[in-house]
Amino acid sequence: MALFEAKNVSKQYGDQLALDNVSIAVPEQSIYGLLGPNGAGKTTLIRIINQITGPDSGELFLNGKKLKPEDVLLIGYLPEERGLYKKMKVGEQALYFAQLKGLTRTEAMKRLKYWFNKLEITDWWGKKVEELSKGMAQKVQFIITVLHEPKLLIFDEPFTGFDPVNTKIIKNEILFLRKKGATIIFSTHNMESVEELCDNITLIDKAKTILEGSVDEIRNKWAANEYDLVFKGEVKIDGNGHYNILNSKFENNKSTIRLKTTGDIKTNDILLTAMKSGNVVSFNPALPSMNEIFIRVVGASN
Amino acid sequence: MNKISVIIKREYVTRVRKKSFIIMTILAPLLMAAIIIVPTVLMMNDKGDLKKIAVIEEKSDLFKGVIKNTKEAEFVYLENTSTEDLTSKFEAAGYYGVLIIYPEIINTPNAIDLISKKQPPIGLLEHIERSLEKDIEKQKLAAYNLGNLDEIMKTIQTNVSVQTKKLDETGTVKKTSTGISMALAYIFGFLMYMLVFIFGTQVMRGVIEEKTSRVVEVIISSVKPIQLMMGKIIGIALVGLTQFLIWVILTAAITTSVKSVISDKSGITKMTQTIPQNLMEGNQVVADNVRTDNMSPELSEFSRLFDSAMNQPWLLIIFCFIFYFITGYLLYASVFAAIGSAVDNETETQQFMLPVTVPIIIGLMVAMGTMQNPDSPVAFWCSMIPLTSPIVMMARIPFGVPFWQIGISMLLMVVTFIGFVWMAAKIYRTGILMYGKKTSWKEMWKWLRYSG
Repeated sequence: MALFEAKNVSKQYGDQLALDNVSIAVPEQSIYGLLGPNGAGKTTLIRIINQITGPDSGELFLNGKKLKPEDVLLIGYLPEERGLYKKMKVGEQALYFAQLKGLTRTEAMKRLKYWFNKLEITDWWGKKVEELSKGMAQKVQFIITVLHEPKLLIFDEPFTGFDPVNTKIIKNEILFLRKKGATIIFSTHNMESVEELCDNITLIDKAKTILEGSVDEIRNKWAANEYDLVFKGEVKIDGNGHYNILNSKFENNKSTIRLKTTGDIKTNDILLTAMKSGNVVSFNPALPSMNEIFIRVVGASN
Repeated sequence: MNKISVIIKREYVTRVRKKSFIIMTILAPLLMAAIIIVPTVLMMNDKGDLKKIAVIEEKSDLFKGVIKNTKEAEFVYLENTSTEDLTSKFEAAGYYGVLIIYPEIINTPNAIDLISKKQPPIGLLEHIERSLEKDIEKQKLAAYNLGNLDEIMKTIQTNVSVQTKKLDETGTVKKTSTGISMALAYIFGFLMYMLVFIFGTQVMRGVIEEKTSRVVEVIISSVKPIQLMMGKIIGIALVGLTQFLIWVILTAAITTSVKSVISDKSGITKMTQTIPQNLMEGNQVVADNVRTDNMSPELSEFSRLFDSAMNQPWLLIIFCFIFYFITGYLLYASVFAAIGSAVDNETETQQFMLPVTVPIIIGLMVAMGTMQNPDSPVAFWCSMIPLTSPIVMMARIPFGVPFWQIGISMLLMVVTFIGFVWMAAKIYRTGILMYGKKTSWKEMWKWLRYSG
């Protein structure tokens, strides 16, 4: 069942169409990728979900019921442009935002202690935000977003500004939150993390949805019968009526061959042929990366 | 609502804890107290500077003892001293100057010289002139051979002082003082201007800070923009009131304590002791409504001022002040919030500030003019128009304003301020999420018509 649904949402700013009949359905306890080039309308959609602005037309549902103003308490939002009061101390600030999300002071305090310990930032409690590095402030903001344990979390580019170690920490936290029951909408330009984290995606370009579905389905659909064969040592195979060789390369004492099937051929048959040519190390369908799909889809629509 | 109170609390606490706030709150009363105390101290020191003046008459002794000593000057009547002798060495003899009176003075008023090294103060000259004028008049009258001249002089002595009285709506006559009304008008008008302007711009700065640091997006995903806006406006108003209260209390405390220390050390005690006595007599006057012509001139002047201060419609003034402060502040602060939301940094505010500043300045100028003529058409209309009425009406009230005028002005004020807050909230809601665009008035007009 979809925890969150947007149906036929449109929004216009002046004479510029920001969203044109966009629909998304986010299954419960999944991570949903919201992709698209800059200025496609992602931020507008996110703001509409957060009820920062209202749609001109279309409907929004949370848990099957129409989205209400009080539902902001069930949503946590990490905006792309991070914002904290620079002159305010980290701890006080976290308490302030927690209270705005409806937590009592004592409850907020308890949860903040837990999170500050978990992310190992207890020393920063009394520091002013302007003394923190970008990555440090980012961690604080992450905590502020998840503190009230919202059912729906919206992360807009959550990994920018983090070093690889912290990126991993935050990734794990996001996965942990999902395991505990949260549903996550995740907007990013980093396609690697989409492959790694997202279950489903919607790709928006020029205010319209141009691609949607589960990440596996999409990649399989765009895979277009391509396979990667890896042999030990230098091996050469030729194409036949059933498949063409797209390219082959030899490096590190391994041969990698990309082939594309043309007719109805079972993968076992390909493997049987291959086994005659040399020592097969691996045989995989050559799934295109989300990055490739993104470039192809957006490029085609232009 | 609970969330607004969380916002108000943050706005209040972060501002009150700032070093600049604490310093200003402590320094300003010290300055105010200094302004009050320094002149007092200077005046006291002035007293020690007694000027000794030698008085010489050429070939006569008509005015011996006529010029009485004052606090500032002592007059020493010298006989058998030649003018030339003294003019050359009066300073060495300890005199401030030499006053030479020629016998022709009876008919030629300028037959008198005051020789000194410094320019003598005007008060000293007036004292000399008045004393001599009276004596010469008396001497001339004496030439008519009237009996008991001294008695006649006493009875004809008059001191005219116009008593202003105001007829209020109930027909009661009250003594008033234009001076007090003017002072009140000035104080209230200026206070309104200061409060509205200082705290209004603080609201604007706060909004810009939130916008540039991008905090605003996080906040309005939790609360409605209007809650954030009103929370900020109210929080800052409370900061203003806190500061104001501390100023009043500290200034009063410092002034009274320093004054008591000073007066203990010097002879001023006598002076301060006479004041309560005067106050009591003044009260008597209020109660009995007796004419004060049998009192000494200073005392009657004092009781008149006191009388008129007591007769000000204080309840009305305080009520109106609170009303106009709240509505005026809300009106201007919401406009300032809208401006803050429309720009990316403070330098861009200039083009929007001017149209907001102009009505305030006009209000202040009309308020100052009000003191000359409180019922002029300009003053009347400006006390009706909501953008200037908080300042101008406050300046008019001490002079007496019919209730229907106050009523209409307040009604207009309420309607306008609700309209302004509503419009400002709409502009604010759109503006805080707009970046990198140079905002124009036209743009803001468009935002007004955006739907939720």
